[in-house]
Amino acid sequence: MDNQENGALAAYWRDNLRLIYICLGIWFAVSYLFGILLVDQLNTINLYGYKLGFWFAQQGSIYAFVALIFFYNRAIANIERKHGVEEDAS
Amino acid sequence: MSDVQTLTFVIVGLTFALYIGIAIWARASSTKEFYVAGTGVHPVANGMATAADWMSAASFISMAGLIAFLGYGGSVFLMGWTGGYVLLALLLAPYLRKHGSYTVPEFIDDRYASKGARVVAVLCLIIASITYVIGQMKGIGVAFSRFLEVSYEVGLATGIGIVFFYAVLGGMKGITYTQIAQYVIMIIAYTVPAIFISLTITGHALPQIGLGAMVDGGTSLLDKLDQVVNDVGFSDYTTSKRLSTLNMFFYTLSLMIGTAGLPHVIMRFFTVPSVKAARSSAGWALVFIAILYTTAPGVAAMARLNLMQTIEPVKGEHLVYEERPDWFKNWETTGLLKFEDKNEDGRIQYVADKETNELTVDRDIMVLANPEIAGLPNWVIALVAAGGLAAALSTAAGLLIAIASSVSHDLLKGVFRPDITEKGELLASRLAMAGAVGLAGYLGFNPPDFAAGTVALAFGLAASSIFPAIMLGVFTKMNKQGVIAGMLAGIIITLLYVFQHRGIMFIPGTSFMGGMPANWFLGIEPNAFGSIGAIFNFIVAFAVSKMTAPISPEIEKVIANMRMPKGQTTPAATD
Repeated sequence: MDNQENGALAAYWRDNLRLIYICLGIWFAVSYLFGILLVDQLNTINLYGYKLGFWFAQQGSIYAFVALIFFYNRAIANIERKHGVEEDAS
Repeated sequence: MSDVQTLTFVIVGLTFALYIGIAIWARASSTKEFYVAGTGVHPVANGMATAADWMSAASFISMAGLIAFLGYGGSVFLMGWTGGYVLLALLLAPYLRKHGSYTVPEFIDDRYASKGARVVAVLCLIIASITYVIGQMKGIGVAFSRFLEVSYEVGLATGIGIVFFYAVLGGMKGITYTQIAQYVIMIIAYTVPAIFISLTITGHALPQIGLGAMVDGGTSLLDKLDQVVNDVGFSDYTTSKRLSTLNMFFYTLSLMIGTAGLPHVIMRFFTVPSVKAARSSAGWALVFIAILYTTAPGVAAMARLNLMQTIEPVKGEHLVYEERPDWFKNWETTGLLKFEDKNEDGRIQYVADKETNELTVDRDIMVLANPEIAGLPNWVIALVAAGGLAAALSTAAGLLIAIASSVSHDLLKGVFRPDITEKGELLASRLAMAGAVGLAGYLGFNPPDFAAGTVALAFGLAASSIFPAIMLGVFTKMNKQGVIAGMLAGIIITLLYVFQHRGIMFIPGTSFMGGMPANWFLGIEPNAFGSIGAIFNFIVAFAVSKMTAPISPEIEKVIANMRMPKGQTTPAATD
């Protein structure tokens, strides 16, 4: 890798880490926060027959995980293009 | 032979013929692609195959049954076994793919330039995988005992024989199309009865909606279930925690990072065609897993309600034992459902109080018994059996192959006998496989927990050792001394805690320090301890790396190349 590539990699990596922090923040919120730590408080809210905390623990967190992976994949592809480090087309 | 039994043999036989047929057809055209299964396979197809590979007896047979009895506390399995894919997709899969090794120990050897680290990784993998296979054996034993109408022990012995045969056929593991067929059978077998039951109880076809739906006019299904279990002395279904909030937190964390640390899951991402495909395969795998996982809570709640209402159809009027339905008698044969008439009134009292309760139900029978309890047609019951066996056998075979390749390829050829012939390597892997089946089968006669609980222990062991080693390898400049010390500290502390509670290698009577109260560390149960082990791993690794030499410039290049999406895979660095 030459110097120019090293610079691009460093800038790409910073953006990637920031994106990962954001995504893991959401990951933590939908499961550990809403499904476990705040479950009693959220259970006072009713969502179509579900207690909200219970819904996050047994349904909502799973939907959020799926959405999160596809969101990350799309966002990281943009970041790769921005820094010109995307994979060679195969 | 009963009707259900005959139908079960037919459907199980047909599905097996299908898997073997596809394996033969695919193998003929792709012998060369054996080790690179998945190259050129679309990420959606690869995701489906990964889902089949990963969802085992614990997911299919055991999990909903556990949730049925734990209620909200069972959520740890739902979040834990899905949230791990977020970690895989964001933190591990793309970098492992870019680096380009074929097994986890090989990656660790390359990244840390250390044979010692490789050997430690192999040992951790073997311990975690064998524990995982014990969990599968429990599920297989339950399924066979019911459908052959024999005791659990005879069912397990039959299962051991079939798993061995299936794993030796072996190469199947690498063949993506067989696993796609297995996924389709599994998901049909899981969702069809769930839809039937949801329609009957709630009028909604989707169990995801049915679980929150109204029944009997104004009450929701979940409120009614809370009330029914309250009436016999259990705490609320929707709010009862698994021991404590803290325990649930660490239990979920342990399962998540364990998912991202298990060899047979990680291996799938070594072989996809590109970094982008590694990311999107993880996403699609989770889509296919989520179909089963969002159905499971509905299955659990409705199975519990059906069971309660069969035993006590009208409040205060308990089922007369002599009038018990056929499914009850069938499961009694297996020894997994037991009635003891403590008050000698000839009726079945099922209550929370252990002194007066007369019915013991092994949690692992609930998913298999559910269609029978709900009175669904016989072909549905047979289909569920086929799905359960597909889940258990495919994962057990996959794990056995992972164990065999660790021993023969990573350990024997990679470290101790680099000059071993191909024939010798093959023989070693067969012997390792036979040893693993024998050991796991033997330990399966006294499983440490229900199938899903045993599997949770395996996840904890992977969480405390493998996940930190890989993550530190990608995101930090951890050196070899740090990673070895970390892995050893993590797995040893987890094993000590687990064995102290459950016996050495789960053999009854070998638990030590018997005088200590259960779950003495902050009230955390052994199944949840893997996350504590992982935290230990990180702390020890950083402490040791601060005191030892930093990594060489060659390894810095390995790391840079791994992070860089562009360009070729990394050639192994030497120290």
